[in-house]
Amino acid sequence: MAQIPESQQKVKFYQTGTFTVGNRLLDAEHRNVQATMDRCNSLDSGHRACQGCGEALGARFAIDAAMRASNNQLIAANATGCLEVFTTPYPQTAWSMPWIHSLFGNASAVASGIAAALKAKGREDVRVIAQGGDGGTTDIGFGCLSGTFDRNDDVLYICYNNQAYMNTGVQRSSATPGAARTATTMPVGKNPGNVFGTGKNVPLVAMAHQIPYVATASVHDLHDLEYKVTRAMEVRGARYIEIFVPCPLGWGSKPGDTVKLARLAVESGMYPLFEAEDGEITGVTKIRRHVAVSEYLKLQRRFAHVFKPDNAHQLEQLEAIAERNIRRFDLVSAEGEEE
Amino acid sequence: MPDSAPTKTVNLPGNHACALGAIAAGCRFYAGYPITPSSEVAERMSVELPRVDGVFIQMEDEVASMGAILGASMGGMKVMTATSGPGFSLKQENIGYAAGAEIPCVIVNVMRGGPSTGLPTRPAQADVMQARWGTHGDHPIVVITPDSVPEIYAQTIRAFNLSEQLRVPVVMLYDEALGHLIEQVSLSGSGDIEIANRKWAADPKPEFQPYASGDDLIPEMVRPGDGFRTHTTGLTHAENGFPTQDPELVDQYMRRILDKLEIHNALIESFEAIDTEDADYLVVAFGITARAARRAIKQAREQGVRVGMFRPITLWPFPVAAFESIVGGKHGVLIAEMNAGQLITEIERYRPAGCRVDGLNRIDGETITPRQILNSLRELADNE
Repeated sequence: MAQIPESQQKVKFYQTGTFTVGNRLLDAEHRNVQATMDRCNSLDSGHRACQGCGEALGARFAIDAAMRASNNQLIAANATGCLEVFTTPYPQTAWSMPWIHSLFGNASAVASGIAAALKAKGREDVRVIAQGGDGGTTDIGFGCLSGTFDRNDDVLYICYNNQAYMNTGVQRSSATPGAARTATTMPVGKNPGNVFGTGKNVPLVAMAHQIPYVATASVHDLHDLEYKVTRAMEVRGARYIEIFVPCPLGWGSKPGDTVKLARLAVESGMYPLFEAEDGEITGVTKIRRHVAVSEYLKLQRRFAHVFKPDNAHQLEQLEAIAERNIRRFDLVSAEGEEE
Repeated sequence: MPDSAPTKTVNLPGNHACALGAIAAGCRFYAGYPITPSSEVAERMSVELPRVDGVFIQMEDEVASMGAILGASMGGMKVMTATSGPGFSLKQENIGYAAGAEIPCVIVNVMRGGPSTGLPTRPAQADVMQARWGTHGDHPIVVITPDSVPEIYAQTIRAFNLSEQLRVPVVMLYDEALGHLIEQVSLSGSGDIEIANRKWAADPKPEFQPYASGDDLIPEMVRPGDGFRTHTTGLTHAENGFPTQDPELVDQYMRRILDKLEIHNALIESFEAIDTEDADYLVVAFGITARAARRAIKQAREQGVRVGMFRPITLWPFPVAAFESIVGGKHGVLIAEMNAGQLITEIERYRPAGCRVDGLNRIDGETITPRQILNSLRELADNE
């Protein structure tokens, strides 16, 4: 497996701990959209997301990158969910782009229709994205999403994955990890929280549709996120990007830990970052400093019960998931270690 | 709830009372999907069901939730799902299947403003017609509209009883305000609750006809594993369960599933009549609006206008006989509902000659107030 070219991040001197690179240290062409005159504030300030919302951060960077890639000719169809609710009621309306709220399960179908109409009218310069949370994507919107992939419609679907139905009060979704506490998977009984062995890995499902481009991204690495959105916009046809967006409210974490949690999820192997073209993996982001899964879990109250002695088996099951990811995607190798 | 549970009094929101009523009625299977303002029903069921060896499944969408409860009901359990407007729309095809294949189930619709995503966190009573005619084709369905948290508890139990006895889908229809309203509820001890169960077929003979019935028009249900060979279908079917297009058999089937509610009307009909006997005017209201109407009719009487209230508890089939006997001789009827005028069509159908019918409709996401009803009553009295 090839590694993602690190063109986005050449600067490596005097980095301590965070691996974050300030835009001023980068060449102009490597700076992110937010640090350039190209940024269009498609998702503007003034919305009412919670403090520390990973989804607000991810959406702003993803859509501004898509806007730049489409010369600001972009239409978004948006599923029901947190993103829709916190960005739309007047006067907290935050979208400065053409934007359509459809229903909970049909964003990808609405986007398919928009794209087909634009094609028929000869306006393929106008690009279409659809977006939703994990519930609207992996559960109720799954059938429509598969249809969009199947027809290879010219739509980029972005899923903001915060691993539960946060908008309706933190109920389990099929993206909720094992053991996690939600309002419908309470930490009671022998196997507290969400059950193991369920759920869908939609990036892999998308790859099984052989669509031109699939990627996972995380809000701790915004250069990588922008790179993947930009790459996706270079391609025509159905594309899928899933962005890992921690949710302080639903996860029981500190608002200030959102970026840290996103990083720990990736560095522990719980959330692998990769990209795939035509159903084949073309790049993975190697783990640079491998951390224990418990480092990631202990900052979240939704996993508090896995640290009780009786539930040690749950911690082991979560660690096994990370180990499998590391094996499957070859996330840790010699050149990936700290230099 | 253990069998020996004594009666106890607790404070509960309406959605929790619904969940506890279901458990008390013997519901042991719940499949649902998160939707405001009904999610608390699912949340409470997810806690309560494991305690009674029941099954809680959060499904991947509204359609799947409805399908799962139908499967579980045919598997022999008492089942429920809860939703709100958009989810209720999605469930409709399955609700029609339940009506046609006569599968007992309870569907809770905690009403919010519509159409479409509408007003997710605001109350409305705008699914009156959808609850009756949401699915296609002529079909039997029972719809119950409680007006308080204790009544949500009691009527949820009744919803299960009716559904099991009549083999018909029963809709619990109440609004967001009642779903989130907290009131005192006496949870019955298990011995105090009247529980009705479906009729089980007992004799797996080869000539068994799963959709044959006696005079009560209700076929016995087959418990999987009891040795019966049955065929269940959404296609129009004969008494043997197999699809048919024979006009005579189609007519027989259609009339039986529609008539079975009519002949059991005494069981289904329920209403409340307050101060109607000497009244010149009548307020018709249900659900949260009936609470405002109660106060308004008192105030009207203090001002010398004699008003009573008719409150359908079973909304569909509409309690026609009861309404007709009460409305006779009244000068006017005010129908107050949080929609653009849905139940009013039913009232107009059954009003006596010379009786004026006015509608008071609120469609702004707020509840109707006693003052609004009082004002409309005075207008009715002045202009009659």
